[in-house]
Amino acid sequence: MRHDPTVSSTLEPERYEFCAPTTHRFELQRRDFFKLLGAGVLIISAVPEAIARQESGARAPQFGEPLPKEISAWLHIGENGVTTVYTGKVEIGQNIRTSLAQAVAEELRFPLERIELVMGDTQLTPYDMGTFGSRTTPTMNLQLRKVSAAARETLLALAAKQWNVDAGGLVASDGKITDPGTKRTVQYADLVRGQQLSQIIPADDPLIPASQWTVEGQSIAKVDARDFVTGKHRYPSDQTAPGMLYGKVLRPPSFGATLVSVDAPSQDFVNDVTFVHDGDFVGVAAASSEAAAQAVAAIHATWKEQPQPSRTELFDYLKNSPVEAKGFEGASRYETGSVDQALASADHRLKQTYHVNYIAHAPLEPRAALAQWSGETLTVWTGTQRPFAVRTELAQALRIPEDRIRVLMPDMGSAYGGKHTGECAVEAARLARAANRPIKLVWTREEEFTWAYFRPAGVIEISGGVGLDGMIAAWEFTNYNSGAAGIRTFYDIPNQRIVFQPTRYPLRQGSYRALAATANHFARESFMDEMAHAVGQDPLEFRLKNLKDERLRAVFQAAAEKFGWGHAQPAVGHGFGIGGGFEKGGNVATCAEVAIDPSTSEVRIVRVVVAFECGAIVNPDNLKSQILGGNVMGIGGALFEAIDFDNGRVLNARFSKYRVPRFSDVPQIDVVLVDRKDLPSTGAGETPLVGLAPAVGNAIFNATGKRIRSLPMAPHGIKSA
Amino acid sequence: MAKIQKLRVNGTERAIDADPQSSLLTVLREQLDMTGSKYGCGEGQCGACTVLINGTARRSCITTVGSTEGREITTIEGLEHHGRLHPVQDAFLAEGAALQCAYCASGMIMSAVALLKTNPHPSEQEIAAAMEGNLCRCGTNPRIIAAILRASQAHQEAGA
Ligand code: FES
Ligand code: FES
Repeated sequence: MRHDPTVSSTLEPERYEFCAPTTHRFELQRRDFFKLLGAGVLIISAVPEAIARQESGARAPQFGEPLPKEISAWLHIGENGVTTVYTGKVEIGQNIRTSLAQAVAEELRFPLERIELVMGDTQLTPYDMGTFGSRTTPTMNLQLRKVSAAARETLLALAAKQWNVDAGGLVASDGKITDPGTKRTVQYADLVRGQQLSQIIPADDPLIPASQWTVEGQSIAKVDARDFVTGKHRYPSDQTAPGMLYGKVLRPPSFGATLVSVDAPSQDFVNDVTFVHDGDFVGVAAASSEAAAQAVAAIHATWKEQPQPSRTELFDYLKNSPVEAKGFEGASRYETGSVDQALASADHRLKQTYHVNYIAHAPLEPRAALAQWSGETLTVWTGTQRPFAVRTELAQALRIPEDRIRVLMPDMGSAYGGKHTGECAVEAARLARAANRPIKLVWTREEEFTWAYFRPAGVIEISGGVGLDGMIAAWEFTNYNSGAAGIRTFYDIPNQRIVFQPTRYPLRQGSYRALAATANHFARESFMDEMAHAVGQDPLEFRLKNLKDERLRAVFQAAAEKFGWGHAQPAVGHGFGIGGGFEKGGNVATCAEVAIDPSTSEVRIVRVVVAFECGAIVNPDNLKSQILGGNVMGIGGALFEAIDFDNGRVLNARFSKYRVPRFSDVPQIDVVLVDRKDLPSTGAGETPLVGLAPAVGNAIFNATGKRIRSLPMAPHGIKSA
Repeated sequence: MAKIQKLRVNGTERAIDADPQSSLLTVLREQLDMTGSKYGCGEGQCGACTVLINGTARRSCITTVGSTEGREITTIEGLEHHGRLHPVQDAFLAEGAALQCAYCASGMIMSAVALLKTNPHPSEQEIAAAMEGNLCRCGTNPRIIAAILRASQAHQEAGA
């Protein structure tokens, strides 16, 4: 199953928050495009089946006929010298606005600064399931490159016709076409003047090989960076509309509580505050966010609470509450060889249990939405990774058809898998309908920490059998609740049983950067370390001995070399550790050095080396940032982040109580990029962080002889762990 | 309670109408539509809302408007002069990948501006210590330190 591009190509297990997939709906006509965009050249990328259907008629599509509905992107070159690209993908801080523009610039041979990307607008861009799963680079990047290459060919043909020469002799570069023989040149903008040319691209446009990239493969700064350093960029929470009011929702005191009664608000706030009560939904709209907050605080409501599991019983609860689940949450089981027999006859047998706590995404920009009704149509600006899914959510919640809803997603203050859902958009829309005014709703940090969803907690049990020669003979791995991503071992073990067991769970849970790959790698790579010690082998050597995959071996070796593994010895109170793995087409290996404070037992990560390989590198600088960022973020989950909850209440719903990594927590991080120009590019937003927690845990063991099998590992130093 | 009716922001006197107890961040964002200062926590923990008050970095979310009377407030919108960016802004641009989602950026830049005022040539450790109150959830911290170092060097080269 390794490196099989069909594995986890669109959806993976454990996307708990996903509802049924939306049907593709796209009704624009060819002529609508030119009405919208003006004259020019239009290239449309449609999914292969749709093209096949159109092409089976053995004729070119006619002007004005409906387009295939399964469109992934389109590109328009206008008379004004601007190229506009439309994609349903969204910018969430991973800088795909930049990397996708680079792809277009490369293939179209067009100046980057005159490329505009329209992203994640349900009215203007094609349907897209969402921006997640590190799928943008392998899919959308490729599609846009194809579209751009087709556009370039069309322009070359136009110029050839105009000059009555052979297109093969012409050169496209920097937004113009040159005839080297006569030195004639023509700008794309002049070529397309008055044209209404459209084309659905054939699948086999020649692409520029990675080894010849000039724009891709380069480090290009965030395309609209200036707006971000001057405060001009408007994030979802910065959107405004004329006549806008601020919304606020009354929250239940605990999870699962139901509303029994709510007192009509007193007269003096009725004057300038709109009070909304609809079923269990209670909220207000007021002229300022402070007035809205005061109004909500003044509401008297009675709730019926349900007893809820608490954190103290979390792991027993998960272990003892198996459920039959289907779809994304369903159980999975992989078995090969005869595990029980191999375990029984192994020279060394080990069995350990690992725990993973709930953690929060805590994107710096909390959920935010601006909702505006105009008659029966609704426009919502909101921060989400899935604008089209939010449109569906809105349609269902408000009982109006999707074609009366437009969702726009301004580049937002990140998400990390935490903004797949549209609850804030729905709340803003309900308030806006009742107040008959545009409503902005920005969740407070406490709301974001309480009413969003969390990375699932889990229990992982591993049994392993290893021979005196250091070869692993048996591997049994069971994950309760945290998820199936990255659950399979990439070591070559003849006898395996790997099970994901869904359970009931106490908190709302969903996707988080790298999903359960973090938990599964933590358990697997910690256990690998334990086995290496059981047979008295160097942890790196032991891994390589049991690993055939060349790509993964290469990153382990690259990280070890950079780190000086096997050469230097840790100082007193310091320790070295290693961990790594494979997920979503990316290979990662991480070496860490930790230092333990002798008085407080606090763990400080001193140095980290991450070697990462994800095929051909598109933008090395940005890739490096993604790797750095993933690892900095991963420090929190590895060492100190955990959601504390008791009977349906989150006890640490603030940054003052929930510790996230700060400057002083950030070690020296060396990134080793392994560029494989011969392999397709895959995403890098997630996988680079999965090696961190086990590398750190193994380093703590190296420093102290203490094995910590629970994430986070050192919330108050390791004494209490 | 007498309302506060004016605020000196970025060298200009602006008319407002706010309770003295109102948060400066809320007033900037909601009354003056200056949305460059961000909300991240409302409790002085994340630094996204950082502004300068008489040149010192302050968390505007926990600063009451009343306390700023007669003081000079500088926000991210006020760093640019005659189309020229502040050296710290330039440095964040030059250290391009310091910007992921960049939601933290205005607070980071304001804190860095204040730091370089009092310590024009900080060491990496001094930068990290001074920036401890600013969170970047995207984890661009090493890049931000590099950007601030770059700004301090530019400072030096300009003979400042
Ligand atoms: S919003 Fe002011 S410090 Fe976080
Ligand atoms: S870049 Fe996203 S929070 Fe700093």
